[in-house]
Amino acid sequence: MIPVEPFAEQVVFQRPRALSAAPTTYCPGCMHGVAHRLVAEAIDELGIRERTILVAPVGCAVFAYNFFEVDGVVAPHGRAPALATGIKRVEPDKIVFTYQGDGDLASIGMGEIVHAAARGENLTVIFVNNAVYGMTGGQMAPTTLPGMKTTSSPLGRDPRSMGRPLKMCELLSQLDGAAYIARRSLHSPAEIRKAKKAIVEAFKTQIAGRGFSMVELLASCPTNWDMKPVDALKWIETHMVQVYPPGDYKIKAEGQED
Amino acid sequence: MARQLMKGNEAIAEAAIRAGVEAYFGYPITPQTELLEYMSRRMPELGRVFLQAESELAAINMVYGAACAGRRAMTSSSSPGISLMQEGLSYIAASEVPAVIVDVMRGGPGLGNIAPSQSDYLQMVKMAGHGDFKPIVLAPATVPEAVQLTGLAFELAERYRTIVTVLLDGVLGQMMEPVELPPMRPLPAERPAWSLTGAGGRAKNVILPFRMQPDDLETLNVRLQRKIADIAQHETRYKEYLIDEADEPAELIVVAFGTAGRIALSAVKEARQKGIRVGLHRPITLSPFPDKRLSRLADEARGFLVVEMNAGQMLEDVRLAVGGQAPVRFVGRMGGQLPMPEDILQAIEKLDAEAGRLLDHKIEGPVTLLSTARLQRRQTVN
Repeated sequence: MIPVEPFAEQVVFQRPRALSAAPTTYCPGCMHGVAHRLVAEAIDELGIRERTILVAPVGCAVFAYNFFEVDGVVAPHGRAPALATGIKRVEPDKIVFTYQGDGDLASIGMGEIVHAAARGENLTVIFVNNAVYGMTGGQMAPTTLPGMKTTSSPLGRDPRSMGRPLKMCELLSQLDGAAYIARRSLHSPAEIRKAKKAIVEAFKTQIAGRGFSMVELLASCPTNWDMKPVDALKWIETHMVQVYPPGDYKIKAEGQED
Repeated sequence: MARQLMKGNEAIAEAAIRAGVEAYFGYPITPQTELLEYMSRRMPELGRVFLQAESELAAINMVYGAACAGRRAMTSSSSPGISLMQEGLSYIAASEVPAVIVDVMRGGPGLGNIAPSQSDYLQMVKMAGHGDFKPIVLAPATVPEAVQLTGLAFELAERYRTIVTVLLDGVLGQMMEPVELPPMRPLPAERPAWSLTGAGGRAKNVILPFRMQPDDLETLNVRLQRKIADIAQHETRYKEYLIDEADEPAELIVVAFGTAGRIALSAVKEARQKGIRVGLHRPITLSPFPDKRLSRLADEARGFLVVEMNAGQMLEDVRLAVGGQAPVRFVGRMGGQLPMPEDILQAIEKLDAEAGRLLDHKIEGPVTLLSTARLQRRQTVN
């Protein structure tokens, strides 16, 4: 008999330990799934899953607790940074992060995010900016681009009466308490890889106790933008990155005082 | 432990510290600010968490966070600040985490004023936020009682995983009285099994203020309602004065809580000296409300007089408990004014005179809302 060589199995790709097997509740083509995966990979790589606590928002990511294999809680709309502050202050050795959309963070939660950053609260914020309110069906957000049509700005956002986009990285990077503020886009594999590095960096900032860290991720919402997923990614590249340029807005060096 | 003279707000703060509060989050507002200031000194001394939040909205959510981590956490505020906290209170109630809230009430509505009032009875007892839930509401009438109830608040919050409010007015917050403080409770080494401490060596813990499926949300609501019933059965507290007198049991019952209860007691004692058989029922738990006891008292009593520093908010609950068995009258003052013992005495005398006659026909009657203008008119007539 000819001996059969054992088939050599090699795992080349698998679900991160910090990501659960729950079926997604996000729409086809939505970038939340990619953002979740990047966060979960970062948590795995840093070996912090067993001491990480998630604060989920109100909005599409209200179900995020279902997708991460970490302890979690859902905050009232916009209040995630305050709730995360409460946890982090009594559990300073834990890794606490909020995961918030643009309506949650930049509109109703503006007070909480600014003050958490100003205090240099040692926590991490993953901020997903898709320029609309997703969960409620595509209404205008503070991040909606000028001229962009939404269900509550049917003729397009008119800056004269509806204001102009809020640029959170630019705004928060002015605050002394902010240690790491970066914006990345999720519109291509290359950009996604850059986003992953920024997320790892944000968690490292917290692990080192350097203060407030936030990564803004430009994401698509094909359902509410009324576009095909691939077109939506293209639209990020052609429209959103002009208003929201990716980049590092604040990097406080180790040991650097305010 | 020796007795010492302490201001109500500061005594409550120290009582909370001795009850093992590990995190305090608050925002300045008169007349509770001394509580926040006291905490800002004492908590860091003990290596515990003090944080002045950017708003009451943030403060209550910080409490929510620390409570999720399994720590004894609290905030304090006053009426307008409590209005801002109601969103958070509803989320905390849905999440079933323990939290202690101190509300040092002031005059309302709106910005109202900073004078003492009982303007938040309905807000705290009936509708502390959207949805079906009820916090436990404890109403002290003296500074020593506030100390005692603050300790109890943390125990009950933890036992039932519920919100407990210590509800007092600006008089109690600001006045000084001798208190005996309890010993320092050692902080627990272990956290409750449900708390968020990181999913190390166990399945993840998730704390949710929502249930998407109607079946699940109904189940949560049923559990909350059972809890409320359980609390009503085991935790209803009140104090009575001159009611069960052996020779002369009270025929008229004055019902008042907190500072109003304390003022009413002076009037009740004076009325007794005048030969009127009257006693005072002072609810200590406004929620659960001592309605069964009041209902039993109504079997015998000729009439009830409710005294409050508002437009008659608890009055509604007393009327429900009495259930039309006897006339229920009201005397109260608003706008940060205090009812005086002589006003209450006058109302007791009036009730004494009419209660016998009214029993059969005129159960519902006008309420007496005193005002400075009205009292001046009365003086002029006299």
